[in-house]
Amino acid sequence: MALQNITSPHAHGPLTTAKVMRRLLLATLPGVVALTWFFGPGTLVNIAWSCLLALGCEALVMTLRRRPVGFYLKDCSALVTATLLAIAMPPYSPWWLILVGVASSIVVAKHLYGGLGYNPFNPAMVGYVVLLISFPVEMTRWAAPLGGGATVTPGLLQALQACFNPATFDALTMATPLDLFKQHGDLTVTELWLQYPHFGRWSGVGWEWANLGFLAGGLWLLYLRIFTWHAPLAMLAALALMSALFYQGGNPGGAGSPWFHLLGGATMFGAFFIVTDPVTSAVSTTGRLIYGALIGVLIFVIRVWGNYPDAVAFAVLIMNFAAPFIDNYTQPTVYGHKRDGGSKP
Amino acid sequence: MRKIRDFHGGVHPPENKAQSLHGPIRPAGIPPQLIIPLSQSYGSGAVALVEPGQHVAKGEQIARAEGLSGVPEHAPSSGRVAAIEERSIAHPSGLPATCIVLDTDGRDEWIAHHGAEDFRQLEPAALLDLIRNAGISGMGGAGFPAAVKLSVNPANRIETLIINGTECEPYITADQALMRECSVEIIGGAEILAHLLGAKETLIGVEDNKPKGIAALRRAAQGSAIEIVSFPAKYPSGGEKQLIEMLTGKQVPSNGLPADIQVVCQNTSTTLAVYRAVHQGEPLLSRVTTVTGEAVTRPGNYEILNGTPIDWLLQQVGFRQEHCSRLIMGGPMMGFTVTNVAAPITKTSTCLLASTETELPSPPPAQPCIRCGFCSEACPVKLLPQQLYWFARGKEYEKLEDHHLFDCIECGACSYVCPSNIPLVQYYRAGKAQILELRDEHERAERSRVRFEARQERIEKIALARQEKRAQRKAAAEQRAREAGGDGSEQDLIQAAIARSRARRKEQTR
Ligand code: SF4
Ligand code: SF4
Repeated sequence: MALQNITSPHAHGPLTTAKVMRRLLLATLPGVVALTWFFGPGTLVNIAWSCLLALGCEALVMTLRRRPVGFYLKDCSALVTATLLAIAMPPYSPWWLILVGVASSIVVAKHLYGGLGYNPFNPAMVGYVVLLISFPVEMTRWAAPLGGGATVTPGLLQALQACFNPATFDALTMATPLDLFKQHGDLTVTELWLQYPHFGRWSGVGWEWANLGFLAGGLWLLYLRIFTWHAPLAMLAALALMSALFYQGGNPGGAGSPWFHLLGGATMFGAFFIVTDPVTSAVSTTGRLIYGALIGVLIFVIRVWGNYPDAVAFAVLIMNFAAPFIDNYTQPTVYGHKRDGGSKP
Repeated sequence: MRKIRDFHGGVHPPENKAQSLHGPIRPAGIPPQLIIPLSQSYGSGAVALVEPGQHVAKGEQIARAEGLSGVPEHAPSSGRVAAIEERSIAHPSGLPATCIVLDTDGRDEWIAHHGAEDFRQLEPAALLDLIRNAGISGMGGAGFPAAVKLSVNPANRIETLIINGTECEPYITADQALMRECSVEIIGGAEILAHLLGAKETLIGVEDNKPKGIAALRRAAQGSAIEIVSFPAKYPSGGEKQLIEMLTGKQVPSNGLPADIQVVCQNTSTTLAVYRAVHQGEPLLSRVTTVTGEAVTRPGNYEILNGTPIDWLLQQVGFRQEHCSRLIMGGPMMGFTVTNVAAPITKTSTCLLASTETELPSPPPAQPCIRCGFCSEACPVKLLPQQLYWFARGKEYEKLEDHHLFDCIECGACSYVCPSNIPLVQYYRAGKAQILELRDEHERAERSRVRFEARQERIEKIALARQEKRAQRKAAAEQRAREAGGDGSEQDLIQAAIARSRARRKEQTR
């Protein structure tokens, strides 16, 4: 056998990019199960359709860019983007809405910026924001959760119908807890909780369990060291701190307890699946602390004083902008540079 | 108990050490021909002292050190010098080097030699000479001449001598085998080095995956001031800078030497060689090298004569050539591939790893960087390998230097963990080479600029001097013209000149 001439290192660790992506997908499972339990199979149909579209988009772009299609599909990154977008969208979204979202994510946000690893903005969040701005009605029509307004959830057939023949589907929808909170600034928290069936133990019915599900998946990824704790923890801590500061004891004009914010909306999903997106976040650990914390603050600000129901997408995209600047100022101190202050700012 | 500091990052590749640790250290034997390169280490190399056809005894000096940083060479066995010529050697550059080729006679006859009676009676300078003349270079892989490392500036009083017994690379067990079998000599060597340096404390750092080696060293060190320090195994704890940080908590300044923080570090094999040179008067003629990998049937640690051709050595250990896909000099993390098996084993060869394709599969094509940060988590120097990769691809040399490319120790931890299989270290090596080349070019350009400017200045000065002279002459002429009663105009000047020349001619004809 001819002897190979290869530079070191000759050994390689067990992890591959495709494995990382597959673990990410697997980690969404508990959250998706909770969403499905409370809102019905809408999210599952979202995910399936979105993944199909994403593979199609990816293959198309790769063919146009004259790259080996199979090699790039293998890394599973398109599936991750598609799944995250599908989870963020309201269940029972029509097929065309998902199509527009996926195309914006994969074609525009990912490939027009050079493909995997080059995109400055989180593709799933770009897709989400494009939809939210263009189709605000469809994007804010959330199904009522089981035990929080609905007594049964739609079946799978209905879910498919909702997606592919939306005109014939009529689901029970209602405002999300975050919306309610904003619309009723004149009520105390206790009154709100009494008047509306939307609220559960800590936060919205269903929402709190979905959040716990995503938290569980995130903790598993942390345990696997797919990402470090810095960005998600900083984001959650900042959000908790902000909501504690502005809680005002649950009186009118207050902004919901820390629990309400931590387990409400897309908080945990954002913390562990969006903020941790390595491509678009800051690089160093200090950088990720700052990056995460600022996202946490922004989420609170937009949620409470902004015009949009949830804020994770906007907060993340804004901080995607800032990530390179954060990197610039947070280079770690390299070995041997301590005493003479050799590391540059 | 000494406090062990952890260093940032690091990885835990599969150790694969058991294969080569079955038996004791075995001599590989005397090959029919030895090939001794005249530049085995960093530094200026050596100059041959023998001629083709000449008979040499074992241990006889055959090349002298060139300059202060060179290392002399000795005949590893007795025989006849066959040639002094270019041969291919095992070096990352792949370039051939001048070698002394020795046909051995199999008698292995020693030259007369004897050790020092009592090294404590010797001045540091004399000891240093002894070590230099024994041809000892660092045997941990880089091959820095031991004597150079040991001759520290007296201003840096050495506090700590560290013997590096970590051997953190997978597969390699040569130092471990030596600890098991030669612990007394290793401790003896450490004592010599401590005496030479006047070190306040002497530590031997060993990873805790070598319990037998640690036990043997502890036994041998009883009653001495030498401390055996063990710590959890983690690659690259054997990196000099990492080891120093773990044991002393101090960091070697960037661009500096361990001696700058009053530390000197020497490798276990080197320490043993020092012992033999001082106590037995034996120059460095052989070393223990791990020969391992799935493509050899008798892996183990072998005592191998300096200059033993790799192909001959492989025959001795049951090489299964048809299965070997990669032949690596050194370990799987930092070693380099050898493609010409005629090249010899040298003083720096810690390991020869003959691996099969299943053992170390060919690298799959690199995928895009997903910026996962696994690499920066693993980097022992706290660099940001993903950023360096970015800048290296973009040839942004300033950014590379800004992000401390030159502090990279090329340990390979980043490439090891990279899920996208990017050959990061390859980019860093290329980046370093390009920057050095640019610096060189810049320097050359600077030098020629200075030369050009000096020349320009010279020319200007000459021109200026000429101008001045002309002006003076003109002034003098005007003066004369005025004295002659003219108004100093052009006409007068001409008249005056004519008058002068007439006068001169008159004088000449007279
Ligand atoms: S480990 Fe590889 S893929 Fe991950 S950030 Fe580093 S270079 Fe990029
Ligand atoms: S090779 Fe260089 S950049 Fe990579 S881990 Fe080692 S020191 Fe860090």
